[in-house]
Amino acid sequence: MQATDISQAILDIIASIAPDEDLSDVKPSVRLRDQLDLDSMDFLDIVMELRKRYGVEVPEEDYPKLATLDSCVEYLTPLMAGK
Amino acid sequence: MARYDAIIIGAGMSGLSAGIRLAMFDKKVLILERHNIPGGLNSYYHKKGRPFDVGLHALTNYAPKNARGAPLTKLLRQLRIPWDALRLCEQHGSEVRFPDVRLRFTNDFEVLRQQVHAAFPHAADRFDAFVRFVREYDDVSLDAPQVAARPVLEEKLGDPLLIEMLFCPVMLYGSAVEDDMELGQFCTMFKSIFLEGFARPEGGVRTIIKLLRDKYLELGGELKMKRGVRRILEEDGRVTGVEVEKVTGADAHVEALPPGEDAVLEAPVVISSAGYLETLALIEGATRPTDDEFPVGKLSYMETILVLDRQPRDLGIDQTIVFFNDSPRFHYRAAEDYADLRSGVICASNNFAHVTDPLPEGILRVTSLASWDRWSALARPEPYASVKQRWHDAQVDALLRYVPDVRPNVVFSDCFTPRTVHHFTRHLRGAIYGAPKKVRTGLTPLNGLFICGTDQGFLGIIGSMLSGISIANARVLQPAAQGASHASS
Ligand SMILES: Cc1cc2nc3c(=O)[nH]c(=O)nc-3n(C[C@H](O)[C@H](O)[C@H](O)COP(=O)(O)OP(=O)(O)OC[C@H]3O[C@@H](n4cnc5c(N)ncnc54)[C@H](O)[C@@H]3O)c2cc1C
Repeated sequence: MQATDISQAILDIIASIAPDEDLSDVKPSVRLRDQLDLDSMDFLDIVMELRKRYGVEVPEEDYPKLATLDSCVEYLTPLMAGK
Repeated sequence: MARYDAIIIGAGMSGLSAGIRLAMFDKKVLILERHNIPGGLNSYYHKKGRPFDVGLHALTNYAPKNARGAPLTKLLRQLRIPWDALRLCEQHGSEVRFPDVRLRFTNDFEVLRQQVHAAFPHAADRFDAFVRFVREYDDVSLDAPQVAARPVLEEKLGDPLLIEMLFCPVMLYGSAVEDDMELGQFCTMFKSIFLEGFARPEGGVRTIIKLLRDKYLELGGELKMKRGVRRILEEDGRVTGVEVEKVTGADAHVEALPPGEDAVLEAPVVISSAGYLETLALIEGATRPTDDEFPVGKLSYMETILVLDRQPRDLGIDQTIVFFNDSPRFHYRAAEDYADLRSGVICASNNFAHVTDPLPEGILRVTSLASWDRWSALARPEPYASVKQRWHDAQVDALLRYVPDVRPNVVFSDCFTPRTVHHFTRHLRGAIYGAPKKVRTGLTPLNGLFICGTDQGFLGIIGSMLSGISIANARVLQPAAQGASHASS
C-alpha cells in the first residue's frame, strides 16, 4: 500500500467508527485525539479494524505510534507492504 | 453440536449491545432470549390495537449530535449507530415537586441551577461546588471503590430538603439501594438526568430495540427467541456452554425443543444479563450467596398508563416528567402496602419536541414504588385482578393531586405490577434495578462467565447499553487484542 492509501485506510476506519465526525479537514501532523473526539475505546477499535481488514497486529506498546496520520503511515507502511 | 465463541443470555438493551460489539469483530455469537419480544425491562406490547412501551419514560443522558465526550456519543460510536437514527426528541421541561418547593429543570442545566439558587439561596455556592465535584467524579471505572452517597451529600450540601429533592429523581430513576446510593451510581444518575437530560426516541422504545436488533443481525449475530437458558454448563470452574429450553405462551410455559434442535450449545464465554443471583442459580451445584453476602433487590414499581382523547397540554399538563413527594422527607424503600403513593413519577409522553411524528393520543404514566411481597402473594386471576383495579384507581387519585382531572378524557388504561416485571424479565422480586450490590467487574465465580446489565451496575437504557459494551470490550475483545499482540511481539 502507498502512503496515501494508508492514510485513506485510517480515515475510512475512523469514518466507520465515528460516522458523525467531520473528516474533511484532518491535518496529518496533528494528533488525531486533538482534532477529533477519539478516546481509548475508539483507539481499541482502530486497532481491531486494522486486524480485521488488513490482518495487521498492533501490539499494545505500539498504540502511541498511531497518534497522528503521519505517524500511522510511517508505522504501518512496512506492516502493510503487499496488502 | 453447535459451538459459539460467545453466548449471551438475554436480548435486553445490555445483551443486544454486547452482542453487537462481539459480532462486529467477527465473533460467532448467539443471543438467547426467553421472551418472544426483545427489550427485557424496556420492551413493548400491544393491547386493544394500541402499541405500548413497557417502561419508557425518557432516555436519560441526552446529548446533541457529536457532543464531545458525552456517554451517548461514545455509546453510539461503539455500536456504530448514527445519532440521527435515534430520532431523539428533547423534553419540554420537568420538575421535582415537594410540598413547598418546586425545582424545574430542562436539558439546559442553567435552568436547574437558577431554580436551586432561588429556592436555596444559603446553599447556592455549596450547590455549585457540589456540581463541580459530581462532574469530576470518576464514576465509570470498572473497579472504582464503593462509597455511600448520603454522607457525602450531607457534608457537601448541608440543606436536608435540597438533599431530598436531588435524591428523589436520582433514586427513582436508578437506585437499587433503599434510602441511599453508591456515590458513583449517584454521580452517573445525577449527570444523566440533570447535566445531560431527557429525550424520547420518536417511535418509543421500539426505535431503539429495532436499531440494536437490526445492527446485530446485520453483523451476522444469531438471535434465538423463546429460548431460555435452563442451565449454565461448566467443567473445573470454567464455563463450557449452556443448556436451552423452549419457552412459549403468556404463561411462559416450557416445552420440548423441536426435533433436531440441540439442547446443549458450547461456548468458552457466556455473558449473562439475567442478574447476578439469577445467573448463579443457573449453574448446577453452585452455592448461592447468603442474603447477607448478596441480598436480593427489594425495589419494584407499579405503573398506570392512561390513554387520553387529547394531548396532555390541552388539559393543562405542560411538564414532561414530574417527580413528586408529599412531605419534606423522601422515602425510597420497598412499599409496605401494595404501593407507596407518597411519591412517584408522572410522565406525559407527548411532551417532547416531536420531530415528525407526534403521538396520536395523549399518554400519561404514573409510577410508584410497589411491594413484591404483597403482589406476589395474591392468587390469580382473583383477587389479583380486583386488587390491581383498586390500586390503579388509587394511583390515578395520587396523580390528580398534581394534574387537572383527566378522568373524563381517559379512553383506555393499563396497569402493571412487580409481578408483571418478574413474569417478563425473571428479575427476582421484580426488582427493576436489580440487586443492591453491583458486580462492577462483571466477574463471577466461573471463569468465562460474566455479568452485564442491571447487576453490573450501569442502569437505565443508556447505562445498560454501556454495560453490555464495557463487558464485551473488557472481558472478550481487549484480552483478545492484547493476547494477539503479545503473541506477535
Ligand atoms: C417500568 C420500567 C420503567 C423504566 N423506565 C426507564 C426509562 O424511562 N428510562 C430508562 O433509561 N430506563 C428505564 N427503565 C430501566 C431500563 O429499562 C433498564 O435499566 C434496562 O432495560 C435494563 O436492561 P438489561 O439489559 O440490564 O436487563 P433486562 O432488560 O432485564 O434484560 C435481561 C433479559 O434477559 C432475559 N432472560 C432472563 N433470564 C433468562 C434466561 N434464563 N434465558 C434467556 N433469557 C433470559 C429476560 O427475558 C430479559 O429480556 C425502566 C424499567 C422499568 C421496568
